[in-house]
Amino acid sequence: MNLIGENITYKPDDQFHLNDVSFNFKKGNLYTILGRTLSGKTTFLKTIAGLLNPDSGNLSFEDNDFIKIPVWERNVAMVYQQFINYPHLNVYENIIFPLKQRKISEDQIKKDVEEALKTVGLVGFENRKIQELSGGQQQRVALARSLAKKAKILLLDEPLVNLDYKLREQLREEFKRIFTQGLSDDTILIYSTTDPQEVMELNGEVIVLDEGKVLQKGPAKEIFENPRTLKVAEISNDPPMNILKGTKSSGKLSFENILINSPSHFKNLNDQSYNFGIRASEIKLDNQGEEFEIELAEISGSETLLHLKKGESKVIALIEEVMNFKIHEKVKIKFNENKLYAFDQNEELVSSPYGVSHG
Amino acid sequence: MEKLYKFLKYTFIILWTVFIVAPFLWAISTSFKDFQSVNSKVTYIPWLDFEPTLEGWRVLVKSPARGGVDIVEPYFNSLFVTCTASLISIVLGTLAAYALSRFTFKAGFVRNNDITFFFISQRIMPPIVLSIPFFIFLSTIGLLDSLIGLVVVYIVLLMPIAVWIMVDFFNRVPKELDETALIDGCNPYQAFYKVVLPNSIPGLIVAGMFCIIFGWIDFFFAFILTFTEVQLLPVKVVALNSSITPWWSLSASALISVAPLIIVAFIVERYLSKGNLSGALK
Repeated sequence: MNLIGENITYKPDDQFHLNDVSFNFKKGNLYTILGRTLSGKTTFLKTIAGLLNPDSGNLSFEDNDFIKIPVWERNVAMVYQQFINYPHLNVYENIIFPLKQRKISEDQIKKDVEEALKTVGLVGFENRKIQELSGGQQQRVALARSLAKKAKILLLDEPLVNLDYKLREQLREEFKRIFTQGLSDDTILIYSTTDPQEVMELNGEVIVLDEGKVLQKGPAKEIFENPRTLKVAEISNDPPMNILKGTKSSGKLSFENILINSPSHFKNLNDQSYNFGIRASEIKLDNQGEEFEIELAEISGSETLLHLKKGESKVIALIEEVMNFKIHEKVKIKFNENKLYAFDQNEELVSSPYGVSHG
Repeated sequence: MEKLYKFLKYTFIILWTVFIVAPFLWAISTSFKDFQSVNSKVTYIPWLDFEPTLEGWRVLVKSPARGGVDIVEPYFNSLFVTCTASLISIVLGTLAAYALSRFTFKAGFVRNNDITFFFISQRIMPPIVLSIPFFIFLSTIGLLDSLIGLVVVYIVLLMPIAVWIMVDFFNRVPKELDETALIDGCNPYQAFYKVVLPNSIPGLIVAGMFCIIFGWIDFFFAFILTFTEVQLLPVKVVALNSSITPWWSLSASALISVAPLIIVAFIVERYLSKGNLSGALK
């Protein structure tokens, strides 16, 4: 009864768009696809929608071979990152378009559309033209069209990426509400994004995709706490997790002539060289700390991002207040060793502050 | 400085307008003149310079038996040929353009762009090169000197224009729009006529306008491929010019020849000035 993909591969040119992807999506759940631009997220969603046919692999839904069913009979809904609506129709006509295609009774259509408009907060906009709406409103129309359809599979392809910061925050909040209230237990919701914060907030099952390959699957919390490889750690953190090449020996960690105490969760690690990982938010300004040179200071919202350098190592520190720094100024920082990750030479996670849950 | 700019601007616009409008005024004035008013001395203004007469216009609708030239039949021939050929070109051209824009074709070394270029290449050659094969072709299938034959030839001339304009137009329509239609339960044909086509009206209007203009003004093929049975308007107008040039009826026929194009231009201008020829999908 689930949406099951087995070894799906799509390689239209010399490059893999999807490389041996398998999954088992259960009804009533939210799945997020996390990956950078061009990692295969859109291809993944289009394959499920039926807009693309994989070169090999199986895709089945409710025990039917999905690949044999053409797009227009699959009963899926999709919202694109571009705001795609039918420009020649008004808001109301846009939303009823898929319902009319499926020859649903007039009364039912009216009810469904009213409900969908209410959910996305566009009541009273029925007769507006699409071109008269703002980007956020256009995306709401697209979402309403997908919701009214009551499709069993709802695909959202980076729906917030083309909106400005404030609208994105606002819509993201609403999405959370819609996903928890507005969807039936029959629906599989698949949401793709490049933004780790979105993934954490939506708090569904996560699939980390890179170059068409699944790097890690699991609940959002698990991805955050135990990124299985260096690459996952980079993709699933914004700013990306800082990586420092160093060694562990006799209870001390050393990198770039910095010596810090080995944290307790590292006690089982052999003395050898590692890639140590630390989140930007775990680096603090501290007069007792190590001296780094500022390469760039960005202020975003109420935070300051410091790009720091010492020798060959570059780190990004997230300071939770707005401060003015001069470039090339020296600052002293301290690493929170209790939140250090260790990855081995094969870039696989060997120790995490939350305990490694796999072998 | 600003005043100078304004002055230059209006001077240029007025000069240009005079340059465009003067021939029309001249033709309108001449069409109401008689032999005397044209040939004796330079005259401009009716009633003041000369006594206006409708003779130039009357000749056009009189049958040749009563001393007229009868351009009514060629006029309707031209209308029929232009409209039929334009319509067929737009229908076929739009379908071809949609296919070229959305699907990938491979045949040997031929790709989509090569096919598009093949269409356009029909218009690269000077018409005289095409005239001989067209003549032989039409005479072989027995359509020389017939309306249908002309329609066939005009489709060859007009369809490249339609394909060219519509490929460009469809390329600017996001592919995601078709995909959304498919996802929303349309099969590919429904997606085309329920979603893509209604959003392509501006493109269709421009393509249609160009087809009508190029079809209507063609003299060369109308001249080469017809003899006595069928005559098109441009040929008939030129044929008015005999040993004594009847400037008055020539002017009158020229005016009613351009009338349809002026009407088309006014209709299309409304779309052009609204600026929504390409921006409908933005």
